[in-house]
Parts: sequence; structure tokens; C-alpha cells
Amino acid sequence: MNDFWNWDHAAAVFPSLIKGLGVTVLATVIGMVIAAILGLLVAVVRRSGVRAVTWPVGFLVEFIRSTPLLVQLVFANLLFTQFPSLAVGCAVLGIHYATYMSEVYRAGIDAVPKGQWEAAVALDLPRGRTWRDVILPQAIRNTLPGLGNYAISMFKETPFLAFIYVVEMYAAAQAYGGGNFRYMEAITLAGLLFLLVSYPTSLLVRRMENRLA
Amino acid sequence: MPDTATKPAIQFQGVGKRFGDNVVLDGLDFSVAAGDRVPLIGPSGSGKTTILRLLMTLEEANDGLILVDGVPYTHEMRGGKRVAIPEKRRSLVRRRVGMVFQQFNLFPNMSVLENIIEAPIHVLGVPKAEAIAKAEDLLEKVGLADKRDARCTQLSGGQQQRVAIARALAMEPEILLLDEVTSALDPELVADVLGVLRNIAETTDITMLIVTHEMQFAREVSNRVLMFDGGKIIEEAHPEEIFTSPKHERTQEFLRAVL
Amino acid sequence: MSDNLQILVDLLPRLGEGVLVTLELTVGGAVLALLVAFVLGLAGRARTRWARVPSRVVVEFFRGTSLVVQIFWLYYVLPLPPFYVELDPLACGIIALGLNYGAYAAEVVRGSINAVPTGQWEAATALDMGPVHRLRRVILPQAWPLMMPLFTNLLIQLVKGSALATYVSLHDLNFFIGELRKGTTETVFAYTVGLLVYFAIAYALTLVMNALEARAKNKVGQGPSLREVLRLTPPRVDTAEVRP
Repeated sequence: MNDFWNWDHAAAVFPSLIKGLGVTVLATVIGMVIAAILGLLVAVVRRSGVRAVTWPVGFLVEFIRSTPLLVQLVFANLLFTQFPSLAVGCAVLGIHYATYMSEVYRAGIDAVPKGQWEAAVALDLPRGRTWRDVILPQAIRNTLPGLGNYAISMFKETPFLAFIYVVEMYAAAQAYGGGNFRYMEAITLAGLLFLLVSYPTSLLVRRMENRLA
Repeated sequence: MPDTATKPAIQFQGVGKRFGDNVVLDGLDFSVAAGDRVPLIGPSGSGKTTILRLLMTLEEANDGLILVDGVPYTHEMRGGKRVAIPEKRRSLVRRRVGMVFQQFNLFPNMSVLENIIEAPIHVLGVPKAEAIAKAEDLLEKVGLADKRDARCTQLSGGQQQRVAIARALAMEPEILLLDEVTSALDPELVADVLGVLRNIAETTDITMLIVTHEMQFAREVSNRVLMFDGGKIIEEAHPEEIFTSPKHERTQEFLRAVL
Repeated sequence: MSDNLQILVDLLPRLGEGVLVTLELTVGGAVLALLVAFVLGLAGRARTRWARVPSRVVVEFFRGTSLVVQIFWLYYVLPLPPFYVELDPLACGIIALGLNYGAYAAEVVRGSINAVPTGQWEAATALDMGPVHRLRRVILPQAWPLMMPLFTNLLIQLVKGSALATYVSLHDLNFFIGELRKGTTETVFAYTVGLLVYFAIAYALTLVMNALEARAKNKVGQGPSLREVLRLTPPRVDTAEVRP
């Protein structure tokens, strides 16, 4: 049968694609939670102004941000063989995206009007309180669109996990394609599924951006 | 004296313009003869700037017709229906109208000279050498001959505005629109720009429509003043009359507040 | 450690080849991306729906489907019926990178053009400059410095994305890391070296882009010239009057 699209194959691969999608979503959620928390820590540390800390942290952040996630994933997987690949994958995703998030937080904190800091000083609020009750709530609001956009971005980079043998959605497609010598339906459907999830989500993020502006 | 037998330079016939629910102009009729210098005065939001923007095709009227030298500009009546005129024909009229903006709007990626010669060369097809000669002549007239190769961002506001005037004049327009051209300038720079405009009024036949708050200047340069309020002309008179004894109540109010 | 270094030195030619392939992917992808960005970005601003809607669809399609899916689709699916197009792996890489990052860059183009102040558009209209003339001589030169920082970010992402090419059997830098690891049997050493080389490439590209950005800004009168920036003497003080 030389027909170029076969609905039987499409139907056959679909369940494993959906299963893979589940892994993809899971990895994205865990990765983003790590990135959101770690990114905030990094942003706060970098603002501390203590050179001995900010310099190495700064360099490390730049290094991780400017080098391929794919290479970092394979490296970590080869190194930490005692942990399951999915865990290693989520951790690396989290750390890599934490570097992006630290920039988002920095921009979000900088965008809080200077008057807020000054008012806090005038009211004699201690520094910790100022951060917790005045600055961070406003800063985090500023960072939500960035968080949303990077979540979508991470979602589309989870296929890199396929190369450390995690069966996310692309790996499922590849496995079916290789096993049945039918790549057409598997890969095309995988692509469409990515589009189906990421596009509406990006519209939601855009709407949120407009609401917050 | 303008020749009254020829067609008026500008005619507005029943022109209406609204922005959403906001009706700025409604059934506006007026005409301007060739060579007239007409200040448009009145409170903000009265539609004066909209009139200039319609004449420069920066906005499009919702109703009515605008004619330049008796020829329809953006819309015409064809078989009883108001029909839009295609871009090619509009362009031929548009290039005879020049405008100077409140914010100068010089092109920052070009030098002073390049700003002035750009349109004559590429729009009018003037040969480069001729365009440069003309530009240098204009720079001389506005007192900026030595700034020929300067970057626009290096000039003061008053200097930039004078370049903007030279740029508009380089197209040899029949009609010059001036939209609050001194409002964005520091007071000490205003005089130079007004001096250039006075010079133009004295030495050329260009029809000038001037939206301005500079009443003294308006008085000196004009032959006819139009007072606007709420999108309508509420008074029209010779400068001497309108400034010394305005007839309409709103005009009196306005001039009292402004002078 | 010295054994490792010795092996690295022996493998330097292979490293050179790997870096070359990575650079080919990067430059090829970037050039294609720039082209795609301008075509889609300008089409996205067209007055007619027939240009805007397809442009939007294409942009969202290449942004929404993953880069991994795109590159493997070109590699595995394109040779099949009904397409029967067999691209060599380098072409697969360049096209996938160019289309994917070009779609992102299209938004940058569109946004930057929109960010040019309205007064510039109006002044050009007042001089009866046609839309193409206006875009070419007034708008794009001013939009360009706005695009540069965002283009720099995308370029770095493109370099990182190029590492995928190993999996379509290209012998790029990523592939070299594998070879170095086999040679030294030292995972940490091989990957650290590899990541450092990627970092150096990213850093070098960033410097180049920053220089281009400085030049673009200077051309619209927004900053010192490149020569002045690179000079080691202190910058000149602008003594011109401040514009209102």
C-alpha cells in the first residue's frame, strides 16, 4: 500500500502519542515549578550586590543560558545514572529555564515603580517585609506573562528528553515510525498535537498580558 | 490680490469627520483662495488640526468633498454616489500640499541635507544636483546653511523646525499647512521660526493654512482669520476686525483667554 | 588530565570540523530566518487579508509545532510520498532552523516596524512618499536598531537549537562531544569542553551582534559610532542642545 496517508496508522499511533503527551505535560509542569522557584532565588541573590556571590552566580547563569539544553540534558543523564531519566530531565529543564526566569523576575522587579520602595522606607517597613508584602506581589504580577511564555517554550522543548530515552510525545512518534516504517502519520500528528496545545495556550497568555498591561 | 475668477485653492463641501462616536466635523463648508494666509484659531478639539490632517490625507473624511484648485482630492461624485479617488490621482494632488508638524518629524537616519532632497529626488524626479542646489538655497533662506551635513538629533528644536520647513518647501508646494509649528518649542526659539514663516508669507504666493496659538503672528501675517469651535466656523473676518472687535461670543471668550 | 588534554589536541581537527558544521547551520539558519522574518513580518502588516491571514497562519504554525518535530519531519517524512524530496541533513537542519526561528523573528519585525513613531509615517506621507519608498528609506532604517537586541536573543537560541543536528547524522560540535567522550572515556571532561566551546561561539556571536546594534543605532543618531565605541579613549561628550 503506497498511499501517503493511512488513517489506520494514524489511529494506531494516536494512543501512544496521547500517553507521550501526558509525560510531556508532566515534565513541563515540574520543570516550570523548579524554574519559577529557582529563578526567583537567583534573581534575589543577584540583587544582593555581594560581589563574591553575584559574580560566580552571574557567570553560571550566562553559561547555562547560552549553551544548548540538549547537550546539558545528555550530559546530566550520563552523569546521574542512579536517577531515573525523567527526573534528571525535569531537573535540567528546571535549571536551564531558571536562568531565563531570573531575567524575567529581574525585569519584573525593576518595573515596580521606585515610589513603592520609597514609600516603604517612609513607612519604616523592615526590608524583609518590604520585599514580601509590597514589592514581590507587584513584581510577580509583572512576571506572569513571561512565565506563561516560557512554559509554552519549555513544552515545545520537551522532545529533547527523547534523546535521554524518556518516552514523551516525540519519542512515542519516533518509536512507532521506526517500528512500523510509517513516519508520516506519527510525526505529522505529533506536530499537530504540539500546535493544538501550544497555540490556544499562547492566545490565553496574550490575553492575560493585555489584561495586566 | 488673489484673482477671484480662478478656482479657489481649497474647498470643503459638506465635509464630515468622526472618530468613533466623536463627531469632530459636521457638514463643514468653506473655501480658501490662492495666496490666502489663513490662521485657524479656536480651542483644542475644535477640529482645526483635523482639517489640516484631512488636507494632507493623514485622515479620511466620512462625508463631503475636498477640492484643491477645483479638482476633487480624495473623493468625488460619480453618478450621484460619493466614490473614493484612487491613490495615483490623490498622489498628484498631495505632492502640491506640504505640511510642517508640531513635532518636526525629521528623519533621524538622514542628515539635514538628505532630509530635504529625499522627496524631490524620489517623488518629483528632480535630478540630484539640482535638488542639492535648491536645498542649499533653502537652508540659506532659513538661516541654517552651515548645518547642511549635521545629524538632525544634534540640532535644537527651533533649528529642526526650520529644517522641517525647508523640507516642505523643497517640494514647491502650492499649499502649506502649518500645524502648531511653534507649540513644542522653548520660548526663545519661537521667534526664529516665526521669522522664517513671515518671510515665506512676504516673498511667496503659497497658500498658507496655519493652526497656531501665536495670535500676534497670526494677526501680522494673515488676510483672513477663521475661528473654530465644535467643528464649525463660528466667525470669519479680516484680522484687524476679529482681533479688535470680535462679533461672536465664543470668539470674544476665546480671545480674552488667549491674548 | 594531561592524557585527556593530549587526546583533545589529537582530536582538534575533528573539533574544527564540528565547529564548522555548527557554524554552517547557524549562519545558514540565520540567513534563512532573516529572509522568512521579513517576508512574513511585512506580509503581516499588509492591508489585504489575503496577505495577512496566510502570514499569521504560517507564523503560528512554525512557532507552535516543535523544532524537533520540524527537523525530523523534513528528514523522515519529506522523502516519502507524496513529496519524494530527499534533503541532505545539512539542508534539513538549515531549513528547520530557518523556518522555526524565522517565524519568531517575524513577530520581532512586525513589532519593531509598529514601534517607529507615527510622526515618521506622517512626515513621509506629507512628502507624498509611496508606501514602499517610505518603508525602505524612513521606517526600516529606524526599525532596524529596535530589532537587533531581539534578533541577538533568537540567534543564540538558534545556535543552541543547532545541536539537534547530531540526530540527523550531522557531524557538528555536539557530535564531536560524543567523539571526545569515547576517546577519553571521561564524560565530565568531554562535556565541559564541549559546553565551553558552545559558550565561546555564543559569546562571539553576541559581540558581533552588539557591534551591529551599535552601528544601527548610530545611523539613526542614537549613539556613538562603532569606531568610537571600540576606541579605548573615553567617549566624547555630546555638547549639542537637547531637543525638546
